[in-house]
Amino acid sequence: MLDLINAVTLLGNFLIVPGLTYGSQLALGALGVTLVYGVLRFSNFAHGETMAFGAMLTILVTWAFQAFGISISPLPTALLALPFGILGTIGFTLMIDKTVYAYHRQRKASPVIFLIVSIGVMFVMGGLIRFVIGPNDQIFFDGTRFIISAREFKQMTGLQEGLAIRMTQAVTIVTAIVIVIALFWFLNHTRTGKSMRAYSDNENLALLSGINPNRVVMITWILVAALATIAGTLYGLDKSFKPFVYMQLLLPIFASAIVGGVGNPIGAIAGGYVIAFSELILTFAYKKVIQYLSPADIEIDGLMQILGTDYKIAVSFIILVIVLIIRPTGIFQGKTL
Amino acid sequence: MLGTLFQEHRTPILLSIMGLMLTAVGVLQSWGVSLTILNMCLISAIMALGVNMQWGYAGLFNVGVMGFAALGGLAAVLVSMPPVSEAWQAGGLGILSGLLITFATVMCCLFIWPHLKHSKWRYWVIFAVIVAGYALLRIFFDPGVNAIESINPSVTGYLGGLGLPIVVSWPVGALFAAGVAFVIGKIALGLRSDYLAIATLGISEIIIFFIKNEEWLTRGVKNVNGLPRPVPFEVDLQQAVWFQDLAMQWGLNVADASSIFVKLCYAGLFLFVIAILLWLSETALKSPWGRMMRAIRDNEVAAAAMGKDVTWQHLRVFILGSAVIGMAGAMLTTLDGQFTPVGYQPLRFTFLIWVMVIIGGSGNNWGAVLGGFFIWFFWIQAEPMGLWLIHTLTAGMDPSSAVKAHLLEGAAHMRLMTVGLILLIALRYAPEGLIPEKKRI
Repeated sequence: MLDLINAVTLLGNFLIVPGLTYGSQLALGALGVTLVYGVLRFSNFAHGETMAFGAMLTILVTWAFQAFGISISPLPTALLALPFGILGTIGFTLMIDKTVYAYHRQRKASPVIFLIVSIGVMFVMGGLIRFVIGPNDQIFFDGTRFIISAREFKQMTGLQEGLAIRMTQAVTIVTAIVIVIALFWFLNHTRTGKSMRAYSDNENLALLSGINPNRVVMITWILVAALATIAGTLYGLDKSFKPFVYMQLLLPIFASAIVGGVGNPIGAIAGGYVIAFSELILTFAYKKVIQYLSPADIEIDGLMQILGTDYKIAVSFIILVIVLIIRPTGIFQGKTL
Repeated sequence: MLGTLFQEHRTPILLSIMGLMLTAVGVLQSWGVSLTILNMCLISAIMALGVNMQWGYAGLFNVGVMGFAALGGLAAVLVSMPPVSEAWQAGGLGILSGLLITFATVMCCLFIWPHLKHSKWRYWVIFAVIVAGYALLRIFFDPGVNAIESINPSVTGYLGGLGLPIVVSWPVGALFAAGVAFVIGKIALGLRSDYLAIATLGISEIIIFFIKNEEWLTRGVKNVNGLPRPVPFEVDLQQAVWFQDLAMQWGLNVADASSIFVKLCYAGLFLFVIAILLWLSETALKSPWGRMMRAIRDNEVAAAAMGKDVTWQHLRVFILGSAVIGMAGAMLTTLDGQFTPVGYQPLRFTFLIWVMVIIGGSGNNWGAVLGGFFIWFFWIQAEPMGLWLIHTLTAGMDPSSAVKAHLLEGAAHMRLMTVGLILLIALRYAPEGLIPEKKRI
């Protein structure tokens, strides 16, 4: 019985808590992709770099706060800097829309052209980020490290395995829940949100009803920039901020959006958790769990991993392929914003 | 007057400008540098031709050029390196049984898929087969891999290749790329257009991860050096009497002459390939098949209504284009003489090629070739130019200032931004490119 509890705690520590955290980050990222797809109707390849850009602004403001000695300990200072990062990213995104996307939108270019344009934007942003903050790892976390550390947990329960909950993990999950509730409230209960949904559902009908398309596009970019900044900052807080990692996040984020059904916010959230947990489940080393659960002291050689950790990125691709074969419209098909 | 002359003879004029630029480099810097750039230009042009088939003929957006090029490079290693017999003895059986199990699993799935069409157990049966196959694979495969990787890891530690002439790897690289393109195309084509982009993005990253991690096959990040060459080595040439006489006639010293001679040999081989490809592509574009492809690209619904199988035609042209890219990848590795998995970067291998096609003129083969030449030329010459620019701009600053150091360091990332800007500007102001597609009535 004790072995069983130990095994469950082990899974909780290395699988469930990290999975919830990573899933929340992916879900926030996928929400941004889905919003762009639902309203502007193209796959935004620049989303990863938008996340990195927002995180970078937040980091710069965090450093300024840290220099002046402003802090909200035990919470990380980055949370205080986040609104400034969001504002900056919103400004930058709206500027990009005005100078780049607006022209192609006016010409009613095909989605593929938008996709290529977004790749151009991705490179410009990537270059800018590396120019400003450099390509290296940046650490900007401060405040209390653990809510419960593994040692405290072991002392409290007397178990052999510890369940540690880091501050960044708690912050990520709580922020994600708050943001998602706010977003759904906005989309379902405000006039602007409803006009966005109407526009996404049927553009011509929305225009006939007197909805201002420019305003809808602007609101969408504002939401996307805010979501991207939050997702980027949370990811950077939890792991570390490194510009090129955000480019590699693009594939899991797209996979999350497609798994849930592109253009569907609930799908994006579900997809984020599906991808995160599949990644962890398939690359987790089960050696210790099996040792706890097996009756006698059997020697297990090898890590009992299903896939090597290096192939993390393959997991989101495999899931993407499965979805494309079995159900190309995603889990929650037939629904839009 | 001059304007109309330029309009009528755009292609030859632009190509001669390119020739003049290469000559200028030859005269001002050295002929060796000029020929190195020319060889890379030729390979870039072939890759651009491949992308042009997919984008220009059919409007398919392939974000995985890097992966297909890397498959070509892998082919070069697997075809040309001498086999490592100890490794084969140690782990060959494990690897072969692993391959056999994979093949059997895939065959099983392909057999079950249509036979259980109406059963609700279909997905579970497939899932069980895959899980069982994977478990079996790991049991046989892992010991083999470990055995191979432990044999003399600093020199070999992999299976080696077939020991064939490296030129054979060019068509083999094309086959590898075509095989992967078939699978990806089968999955992603026929769905929404951006699924292909996302799927190719994914597969190219996975191919690179695979090549970096599967050391038993590719030596991974330890690189494979000293690939055989299709042309003579400089050292041998320098010793040959006939070559020493030739160098005397050219009025060059033997070392310089040998290096130029080798590069000319490569250029000849590449020119031969590009000439055949261009002839084939131009013929194809003029043929009824080319007309049909354009019809499909310009209006899929109308073409489908005329009884054309759009998805099947897309699949065919996607495979063809990927095969050309794979071949170019093998040629590139041949020219480099080594296989370095870390060198495959999306900016250099996917998006630069894209810029070549869009700047050159999508839908026009000569445009793709010209774009390959121009963009590669500027890609190579841009770094010294950019560095010079930053140095000049910051000349007045204190050499020890942090701002200057930051600017100089940042100059390295300017390439990223420049490629992005060129792409954005081209799509907005010159979407037709340098040599626009011929208007056909």
